[in-house]
Formats: sequence, structure tokens, C-alpha cells
Amino acid sequence: MVLNWKSGGVLLGLVFFAAVLLVKPIGVSTQFVILDAIIADAANPGLITATDEGFTSTNAYLAKSGGVYAKNAMNPLNYSFVFVLAMALGAFASAMARGGVGREERRLPAIWYANYGDTPWKRYGMAFLGGFIVLYGARLAGGCTSGHMMSGMMQTAVSGYVFAAGAFAAAVPVAIMMYQREG
Amino acid sequence: MTSILLALVIGAAFGAVLDRIGATNPNWIGKMLSLTNLHLMKTILLAIGTASVLMFAGQMAGLVDVGHMSVKTAYAGVFIGGLMLGVGWAASGYCPGTGVCAAATGRKDAWFFIAGGLLGAAAYMVSYPMWKAAGLLEGDKLTLGAIPGADYPALTTISGDIVGIVMGAMFIAVAFVLPERLRGAGQAVAPAE
Repeated sequence: MVLNWKSGGVLLGLVFFAAVLLVKPIGVSTQFVILDAIIADAANPGLITATDEGFTSTNAYLAKSGGVYAKNAMNPLNYSFVFVLAMALGAFASAMARGGVGREERRLPAIWYANYGDTPWKRYGMAFLGGFIVLYGARLAGGCTSGHMMSGMMQTAVSGYVFAAGAFAAAVPVAIMMYQREG
Repeated sequence: MTSILLALVIGAAFGAVLDRIGATNPNWIGKMLSLTNLHLMKTILLAIGTASVLMFAGQMAGLVDVGHMSVKTAYAGVFIGGLMLGVGWAASGYCPGTGVCAAATGRKDAWFFIAGGLLGAAAYMVSYPMWKAAGLLEGDKLTLGAIPGADYPALTTISGDIVGIVMGAMFIAVAFVLPERLRGAGQAVAPAE
């Protein structure tokens, strides 16, 4: 069972508040770039190079803003990267504490089963494709649901509202078309 | 070291709460986005409102450091990227943070989401110069009101603290007013776990 929206909403709000009170607003999607950069630099040394001021890269995206992404990829034990790893740990502990996600759900979510039957590989293909579009879009936008929508709108950032308008304008019709049965 | 400790504590709390509200469950996301069960929407709106009121009230009282704010630039690519994220979010039932959390809870499809996400982020790294050359990444770090102590350009001259508290209150009000469902008939069906 999920938390009632009142207690769940207040708890989630407190986490976002604690983040900005103690450090900075929450964001996630940049860390996909950092992990990519770590992998790419391991496969292709020379992608990221040290400079007098810090780091730079032959990739323009990693080199932008004074090479901050290149620097974070070379020092993965930084706040934002560890934050995302800790999120995974927190979610794992929380799921275990409530008995874990059922075996069938882990294999195939009920909403997919209700609409497309027992087709796990189609589901995995859709999840892969979805992941590609989500992260491409998030990097183009400069943030995701956490960084733009939640952290952005809580700070009255215009970018947050622009992002949320785009995200829901696309997500609602796609969800209505794809998931007609409620499961 | 302190910052790593904070990352562990706040990150773990965030992951745990996302799990407990159903945000890491693609069934809840699918129902929210197809407007057949808005429970998660109400949760998120209340969270944004709560955080906004606390932050801006805290800044007014001098208890919250305005320097911790980080407003992102508004540019055309934000809307285009938002549309793209929306399509993938609806299709997969995951966004970057909830995908990572869902994978940690053992959901197999979430691992495919992460793999696709890493490839998508890499594709953006490669195509970034094209977007930049097209001028779609140019903009300002705009806020709705003028925030005291910060130098973000503002759309209005109204005090940013007041705007933040009022907007926060509006998010909370919408969370309360929003019905359980906007589409479909009968009681909203709670998703499977």
C-alpha cells in the first residue's frame, strides 16, 4: 500500500525542503551523463583531460561551463553522484521493509499485462526506448522531473513551468493511447 | 566529507519516499498520466507546495540561505525536451530518478529503462553542438517574482518570497481540490504492487 497523499506529499515536500536547506535543490538526470562520461573515458582515455583550472573534454557537452561535468566524472565521489546511488539504496531498503515488490510485478508491471498481455520482452523494449527518449529530452531540457518540475516549480523558476507544461502535454495523450485498460 | 554524508542521508530519504508514495511503480505513473487515478498527482502537488512555502518562508525569516537556490535557465529546448521526456515517461512509466529507484527494488523493466537512458544521454552528448548552434539553448534564469538576496531576473517586480508562498499555497489547494480521477467511471482503481 502506498502512503496516503497527504502524509506522502508532506514527507516528499520535507525531503525537497531539506535538500535546499542543507545543500541545493534535488536533480538526477545529469548523473546519467556523468556515468556515461566515466564509462566513455575508461574505454577511450583522453576523452577527459586535466587542465590548469580543472578538467576539460574533447566532447563539447562535457567541456561546457568550465568542464564541470568532466570534473565530476573524474571525481565520482561528489554530492550529486552519491545522491543518486543513495536514492537506489533508500528505495531498496524501503521496498524490502514493506515486503518487497512481488515476483510477477518485478517481471512485468500489471498495467502492461492488462493492455498487452504476457509480453515481457515487448515491455523491456518499450522501457529501453522510453529511457532513451526520457534522458535525451531531459538533457536537452537541462533537467528532469526532479530538477525541473519539482525543484524548479518550488523555486518559482519559469523553466520549471515551461518544462512541466511540455512534459504533461505529451505524457497525458500518450498514456491515454497506450494504457486504455486500467489493470 | 560532510557533503557525502548529506548526499547519503537526503538521497536515501528521497529514494525511500519515492518508493512509499508509489512513484517508482509504473502502474501508478500510468494511471496518473492517463488521468484515471490522480492519487500520485495529489501527492506530488502537495509536496511541491509544501517545499515552496517552507523554503520561501524560511528565506523571509532568514533561516534558509538564498544562496542554496539554483534556478535553471528557461530556453526553447526546455519545452522541446519536456515534450520528449513526457512521451518516454508515459510509455515507460519511469523518469530518471524513479527508474533508478525501481531498478533497485528489482523491477526488471527499469534496468532496461536505465540502459536506454544511458544511451539517450550519450546521444545528447554527441548532438549537443547542433542544438547549441540552432540557438535553442539560449535564455535567462527567470523567476516569477524578484527574489531578495538573489540576482535572478524576474518576470514581475513583486517580492519573490511572497510569490513563492502564494504559488506554494496554490499547489497545496489544487492537491486538495483535484478529484480522484478525471477519466473513466466509478471508484479509481488502486494499482497492483
